[in-house]
Amino acid sequence: MAQSNTKHQILVCQGTGCESSKSAKINQALAEEIKRSGLSDTVQVKTTGCHGFCQQGPIVVIEPEGIFYTGVKIEDVPEVVKSYFVEKKPLERLLYHDPTTNKAIPLYKDIPFYSQQHRLILRNCGEINPEEIEDYLARGGYTALKKVISSMQPAQVINEIQRSGLRGRGGAGFPTGKKWEAAYKAKGNPKFVVCNAGAFMDRSVMEADPHSVLEGMTIAAYAVGASQGYIYVLADYHIAMKRFGLAMEEAKKRNLLGKNILGSKFSFDVDISQGAGAWVCGEGRALLLSIEGKRGMPRVRPPLSVDEGLWGLPTCTNNLRTLASVPLIINKGADWFASIGTEGSKGTAVLGLTGKIANNGMVEVPMGTTLRKVIFDIGGGVPGGKRFKAVQTGGPSGGCLPESSLNLPVDFEALSKAGSIMGSGAIAVMDEDTCMVNAAQGFLSFCRDESCGKCVPCREGLPMMVEIMDRITSGKGKPEDISQLLEMSDTLIQGSLCGLGRTAPNPVLTSIRYFRDEWEAHINEKRCPALVCKALTNFYILPDKCQGCGICVRACPADAITGGKRMVHVIDQSKCIKCATCLEKCPPKFSAVKKASGETVEVPKEPVPIAAGAGTK
Amino acid sequence: MVTETDVRKQTRDIIAPLKGRRALLIPAMQAVQQKLGYLPPEAMEEIGELAGVSTNIVYGVATFYAQFRTKPVGRRMVAVCRGNACNVRGSERILETIERALNLKVGETTPDREYSLETIACIGACAMAPAMKMNEETIGKLTTKAVEDLFPKKAKQEGASEK
Repeated sequence: MAQSNTKHQILVCQGTGCESSKSAKINQALAEEIKRSGLSDTVQVKTTGCHGFCQQGPIVVIEPEGIFYTGVKIEDVPEVVKSYFVEKKPLERLLYHDPTTNKAIPLYKDIPFYSQQHRLILRNCGEINPEEIEDYLARGGYTALKKVISSMQPAQVINEIQRSGLRGRGGAGFPTGKKWEAAYKAKGNPKFVVCNAGAFMDRSVMEADPHSVLEGMTIAAYAVGASQGYIYVLADYHIAMKRFGLAMEEAKKRNLLGKNILGSKFSFDVDISQGAGAWVCGEGRALLLSIEGKRGMPRVRPPLSVDEGLWGLPTCTNNLRTLASVPLIINKGADWFASIGTEGSKGTAVLGLTGKIANNGMVEVPMGTTLRKVIFDIGGGVPGGKRFKAVQTGGPSGGCLPESSLNLPVDFEALSKAGSIMGSGAIAVMDEDTCMVNAAQGFLSFCRDESCGKCVPCREGLPMMVEIMDRITSGKGKPEDISQLLEMSDTLIQGSLCGLGRTAPNPVLTSIRYFRDEWEAHINEKRCPALVCKALTNFYILPDKCQGCGICVRACPADAITGGKRMVHVIDQSKCIKCATCLEKCPPKFSAVKKASGETVEVPKEPVPIAAGAGTK
Repeated sequence: MVTETDVRKQTRDIIAPLKGRRALLIPAMQAVQQKLGYLPPEAMEEIGELAGVSTNIVYGVATFYAQFRTKPVGRRMVAVCRGNACNVRGSERILETIERALNLKVGETTPDREYSLETIACIGACAMAPAMKMNEETIGKLTTKAVEDLFPKKAKQEGASEK
């Protein structure tokens, strides 16, 4: 239906984010409403993939104007149709409102979240129907593949990618052209191309624009001489797999995939390999073993996977976003691509903004954009009037960088110099309510649980480090703990075969480097400045504020609060599990629950009558 | 009651279409788990036979990957994401609230086999953090309130705080 001459299109996002907000039903309701209103000739309802602004979902866009609706509900559907197509004006209340000025911004392109992006890899995301190959073709899809097959030798393709300066988007940043060249020269038959779709951003691209990935994979296969490809995706990513499967079928029908592609001698096919959930499989060798059906573990290099990969045969493994960049480079040229970004990092970075940031979602910016611009201008800063404290880049094994690092450019070298990584492109923002010791402990525990167990420093070192940090956060830390953690981190970095072990200490190292005072408060003063660590925090009910309403008494899951009507309630500290339910449930007009660390708050030991004048009801 | 022979036959039927594939161990395990809910010992033996590896190897793979389960689970599998984004946005408190609401610890199943609770590395719904999955459905932007609404409140039990 993509080529019908309808005047308007209503795009309904059905990425995983919006889907979980029931966007499929909205799509259906819109289609029915359009029909009922007799608008079927001029308005078409279309499914798209992720727009990246998942937090605002479900998202509905009216094209060609680009009217952008957020948080659309089923009940809104009749009004959405009537307002714009009958009354000819956008529905004010569903428009995006600027969080600071609270002014409505009707158009997609004017919203700061979008206006400051540079969308290359995400060029089609949210614009096309991922289940219609026609949509992709209409936007120049598969022209790069045609160009490559009809007019370029594999060596020329590799040369073009090398000149573009494209580096792997999966984390390590290895030059893509160099890898392709090695795979091209490697001896062995058949050869494989593997696409790693491990991160949240990969999933979104796979859901929103599967053909760009498939086209990139096919070009890679042509360049290195591979006949079989695998796309490795978590078994949980149902929508992504379904759409990619459809894309493969459609491409085969048009001879863009399969035997003798476009009439040439080149044949290539792809299988979807469903990952069974092991974080270590982001590591190249572990990923390949997982495809083979084995436990995913790294190995000593060499041999490199390009020489001995899947079943011992040459294998070229690239991240999904790397491959999705390839068709663009072929079409627009290496020089164009190299003109974007910084000296060492070319092109754009797709970043996943998460954590305590106003605009959660997926964005794309030129390499070299500062963290400040990403977090504050595009991401809208920290919500709720809270102060920015730290940002972790690259995933759970990335470093936690402080405010003074905000002017750092997002590129491979700058982040690594500051003690972090580009990694998956995740940007997790933490606000003043985050305890940096507790946060580092959480990230380290994650890596501990995901360690494959092959290298001793990772298998044994991570649990020991977590144990030390447990001690610190429970108030039993010793002054020498910090130096011990530093030493163990060093062993881990030197003695691990893969990126998991080598990067796992990053959050600990950076947390100590930039937030040492917090560590010392925990160890020396047995105090958690951010009031997070449970063992160092207590809850108290202030006698001059408590009105004896009983809400917290009933809500407490541990039955730790006593006190009848008009009696000051008291928390039994020995029973309290520090779940903060009382703090949440205490009516804001009373705000009688206080959280404290490292200080004693004077409160009655037993319920006492509320002091005269403290309340009048 | 499902007998051991039933399990063997079921397993063979499920994995038969995969015969001849180059990488079939994990797909076979996934297919069997999808149908049976978990991987019983007899099923692992059958899978090993088809894949040409020992039961040991199958068991090794089953325990390596988070997806596989060697014990039966509840009708509703609640999996709380403990990925990075969810962690930063308070998944720990969400998990604690669910544990209290269902009176269940991670890795356990309610006696009535209604719910199982587990954590999951990352479900890729980071912009909706904190998130969880209940069977196939992804539920995002969780709050402790949302969790309480989601799970039918169980009567407050004696010593609910016992570890």
